[in-house]
Amino acid sequence: MTDKTSHISGGSSGAFWAVSLAPIVWIVLFFVVPLSVIWSYSFGRTLGLTEVAVTGTLDNYVRVFDPVYLLIFAKSLTFAAITTAICLIVGFPYALVMTFATPRGKILLLLGIMLPFWTNLLVRTYALMAVMRTEGWINDGLGLLGIGPVEMLHTNFAVVTGLVYVHLPFIVLPLFSTLDRLDRSLIEASLDLGAGHLRTIFQIVVPVVLPGILSAVLLCFIPALGSYLTPDLLGGPDSQMIASVIERQFKRANDWPFGAALSFMLMYLTLAAMVWRAWSDRRAGRKEAH
Amino acid sequence: MALFGKKPGDKGPLDYANRWPLRLWVGAVLLFLYLPLASLVLFSFNDSRRTIRWEGFTVDWYGKMMGDDALISAFANSLTIAAISTLFSVVLGTMTAIALWSFRFPGKGLFDGVVTLPIVVPEICMGVAMLVFFGTIAPWPHDLVWPFDLGAITIAHITFSFPFVAVVVRARLASFNREMEEAARDLGASELGALRDVLLPHVRPALISGALLAFTLSLDDFVITFFTAGPNTVTFPVKIYSMVRFSVTPEVNAASTVLMAITVALTLIGMKLQGRDIAQMEGH
Repeated sequence: MTDKTSHISGGSSGAFWAVSLAPIVWIVLFFVVPLSVIWSYSFGRTLGLTEVAVTGTLDNYVRVFDPVYLLIFAKSLTFAAITTAICLIVGFPYALVMTFATPRGKILLLLGIMLPFWTNLLVRTYALMAVMRTEGWINDGLGLLGIGPVEMLHTNFAVVTGLVYVHLPFIVLPLFSTLDRLDRSLIEASLDLGAGHLRTIFQIVVPVVLPGILSAVLLCFIPALGSYLTPDLLGGPDSQMIASVIERQFKRANDWPFGAALSFMLMYLTLAAMVWRAWSDRRAGRKEAH
Repeated sequence: MALFGKKPGDKGPLDYANRWPLRLWVGAVLLFLYLPLASLVLFSFNDSRRTIRWEGFTVDWYGKMMGDDALISAFANSLTIAAISTLFSVVLGTMTAIALWSFRFPGKGLFDGVVTLPIVVPEICMGVAMLVFFGTIAPWPHDLVWPFDLGAITIAHITFSFPFVAVVVRARLASFNREMEEAARDLGASELGALRDVLLPHVRPALISGALLAFTLSLDDFVITFFTAGPNTVTFPVKIYSMVRFSVTPEVNAASTVLMAITVALTLIGMKLQGRDIAQMEGH
């Protein structure tokens, strides 16, 4: 039954193709091909409005290292890093409480973090806009105290707030799943031996769940780095991130090859992060096996 | 409030859920998450154009929204795309999950990696890839009748949704007892017959939560749709975006509230089904 040349096992090759042909064709045609086209464009030159000649040039990548764009990359990385740090600080205690809550409390806390996560990104960003604008109620409240109005919307502060608002679940959920698997006798032992709670958390819990923390950090950092909508709606003219520059190359500026190179810089960063994560997972797995 | 701890007063050393600084922290996080959304919903019922102060309860903005043809047609587009995308995503995602779970084949790791990629690829990258693909490589005709003019957006949505369904179904397949399938085969079921009668009933809860997930993902997507949409194929989020860019108005609040209500309802149904599923697995 099994085809000798292709070594399909676990069932007949007929059944294998019946379930895998459609997904393979789909993913190749509508995902691999479009991305490959963009990738090849990143080595090309603009000819006309939508015409690109793939010449194998590296000019587009050289242009990425132009100070103007390097600055935007640096700014995006900074925004993403600050966002991730704040999310981690804000999210860790939340995940800790979730881990030690009753089953019912766990579900409620999970729901608490999941509902905003599933709410439309645009709606959430708009909600923040409405609250933070000069006529919003934060400024109303500040006005009552005799302060302000403080210009919050269209600033870097608004961008970071928005990014934290959107990405908090990305860090809480993986943190919770690692903390939940933690061997609790470690904490008990530490407390019994006289360590305080904070010391136990920083010297016992954090080192043990470090691989989980790192993967949570990546899960937050990567999408934050590629954010488009948040800086677009909440940011000012000086809070542009990479995604806005990419969008401009494909829409207004009409420089597809350069846009392609920029978006592949983002892809390379993402892929590097993924590979690093798979590698550290495997290393952690080996450590556990010994 | 014994909600987050075992018993009030019975504070064990590990009762982090009952320590007041941590509870305060959790409360602050929830306020941060929900206050903006609550105020958005509240002001959609506010009887004032300027939306600064509370002027009284009204549902006028919802009425106004219903009269906005562009908004309603965008809403119809979104629901249609989400429905078709869900159907395809569930089928393709289930096929992917079964292929990866029950077969060994050359290139399995590659297939697994490529199929997971749409989950992690930055949205902007996928958006521009779709823009170029449907713009120049395989131009999607602009003058098709509804709903075929939505094809490009729908294909894009299926592409980023079905990998999520595959993840959900695969997680469920992990708890499947292969001996059941073997027993069915021994009793004379064909390979595909065993798949249909034994395997699919087992993964049904995952199919339902996968479908809800795919529907929500499609309904919520802005960035990828924004790059794939043409002037005549506007979805609800894209329409709201163009309104938001213009100004903050109570109509936008009303439209956002409707979208939020749909998502919340779907999420709650999904969690309820999953909860029941987990309870069943634990034998309650």
